[in-house]
Amino acid sequence: MKDLVVSKLRIWDSRSGAALVEDSSFTVKAGKCLAIVGESGSGKSLTCRAIMRLNKAGLRQSGDIWLGDIKLTALTEKEIRRIRGTKLCLILQNGMRAFDPSSTIGSSVRETLAWHYGWSRSEMIGKMAKAMTAVKLDDYLRILNSYPHQLSGGMLQRMMIALAIVLEPEVVIADEPTTALDTVSQFEVLQQFALLRERLGCTMVFVSHDLGCVKKLADEVLIMKNGVIVEKGAASDIFHAPRHDYTRYLVTAKTSVNQHFRRLMGGDSFVFH
Amino acid sequence: MKRYVLGKVVFAIPLLIIITFLAFGLNHLSPVEPAEAVLHAQGVPEITKELIAETREKLGMNDPFLFRYGSWLLDCLRLDFGSSYVTGLPVWSQLGPAFLNTLKLTLVSMAAIVGLSIALGVGSALREGRLLDKGIRGAAFLLTSMPPYWLATLMIWYFSVKLDLLPTSGMDAWQSYILPVAIITISYAGIYFRVIRSSMLGNLNEDYVLYARANGLLELLVTKHILRNSLQVAVSVFGMAIPVILGSTVVVENLFAWPGLGSLSVRAILSRDYPVIQAYVLILAVTFVFFNTLSDIVNAAMNPKARMDR
Ligand SMILES: Nc1ncnc2c1ncn2[C@@H]1O[C@H](COP(=O)(O)OP(=O)(O)O)[C@@H](O)[C@H]1O
Ligand SMILES: [Mg+2]
Repeated sequence: MKDLVVSKLRIWDSRSGAALVEDSSFTVKAGKCLAIVGESGSGKSLTCRAIMRLNKAGLRQSGDIWLGDIKLTALTEKEIRRIRGTKLCLILQNGMRAFDPSSTIGSSVRETLAWHYGWSRSEMIGKMAKAMTAVKLDDYLRILNSYPHQLSGGMLQRMMIALAIVLEPEVVIADEPTTALDTVSQFEVLQQFALLRERLGCTMVFVSHDLGCVKKLADEVLIMKNGVIVEKGAASDIFHAPRHDYTRYLVTAKTSVNQHFRRLMGGDSFVFH
Repeated sequence: MKRYVLGKVVFAIPLLIIITFLAFGLNHLSPVEPAEAVLHAQGVPEITKELIAETREKLGMNDPFLFRYGSWLLDCLRLDFGSSYVTGLPVWSQLGPAFLNTLKLTLVSMAAIVGLSIALGVGSALREGRLLDKGIRGAAFLLTSMPPYWLATLMIWYFSVKLDLLPTSGMDAWQSYILPVAIITISYAGIYFRVIRSSMLGNLNEDYVLYARANGLLELLVTKHILRNSLQVAVSVFGMAIPVILGSTVVVENLFAWPGLGSLSVRAILSRDYPVIQAYVLILAVTFVFFNTLSDIVNAAMNPKARMDR
């Protein structure tokens, strides 16, 4: 396992020249989970995609990104493609839209696995079945034969996690995986991420706009605002002794939402311990 | 899927009945007394009341409307559209070959339009904002803004007269197809490639493309997924284009003296040859319904969501 090191990352729009992410540096220690938290539009997704080198053609980036001793930013397109999926896995917010609507889930998944590992069909189904059972997608044959619109967002989210389990990457980057879900599915998916970490021992970058969501999962937290890192530190410090005003605001906002939630549920608190 | 196809076909039947009714009713919407039109068309010098009454009787125009509609419809099913007022010959003997000629022109053009639109649309979408994209869009804009008759005249002058490579008119050999097909293709592909382009661009921004790339898939495979989803929109557009082109070849057919429906229908309209006009409207409408239904079915075959929802 290797550290993920982002150094002086800058992302800008090549047409207008406007900077979207400014001088962003952070390290995720091997096997640890970094949460990137910030309101919508703060540059979280751009940062994730910059690591995978998948930002839109109109965007440019500078700075270095290392995965252990591999300098991701110096690889050729062909080399980085081999790393995507095998060493770096991306999990997206909206499971509903993450799969080709005209293909069955199974054929999308098989395409990826066949390309990386050249497994036979039955090998692939065997491995997927195991991974899908692990994320509580028990009816795996039916799900593999379904089209995305026949499944729920939560199921498709877990499908992405199952694929990550089979791909066994070194780093999992999850871009707001819980945002599109209702509270109950959110809880389940968060549990799945915790299990995924246990299982793979992978390094994780977990993005959320909700600080409360990441409390259980994150070892370190990085707060972003308008493309700039305003605070980073160990999760316990961020939650108990936030230094920046914006972080304090996020912590109290989270608490008040939680209190509201507690009142709705009539007593017991819904937090992870 | 079977049920979907069956549903579509069954739905087409009432549509066809309404269409035949309208085509038949056309006669009666005209301010001119049909019998008088017949006599005009036959070039009778003096039209008297008695003559009109006699003609009405002869053509069975005094029978009740629904009765006449029914027997006309039955005749139509046997491709018997009556006789031309002008020539007295069976309508189908003129319309049939003309329809085939136009259909040939349309289908060949359609193949060219589909091929060219996809090639240009995909090329310009994958190179969005770059030279290729700008070049294609510029050229398409220039060519589609030229009136077809003008473009056709220019091409006839250059390829047929100056270089003497291609025939100027008629439908004698495969070379005869080149110019008319080129004119039709230019005017439609210039529009339809944009449908493909914008649909490709829309799909390029979809999450499934990002996810496929994030999984390390080859760009070629990713493009295949994008194309497949983009073509779903295009299939319906293309399906609808066939009858539209079929009905709008008038200009090209007249320019190139193509012995098709376009030339025939203009002549029929000018001489108020109602049986021919009726049959023309009917054939176009039936083709319209046919290709519309067909493109729905093809679309459903490609799009699982449409197939299951309806
Ligand atoms: N392709 C793009 N071109 C120009 N600006 C972009 C592009 N993608 C995102 N942005 C801008 O960058 C900022 C950060 O976006 P993003 O990283 O998606 O935010 P979030 O933190 O919600 O994930 C936003 O203000 C957005 O408008
Ligand atoms: Mg985002």
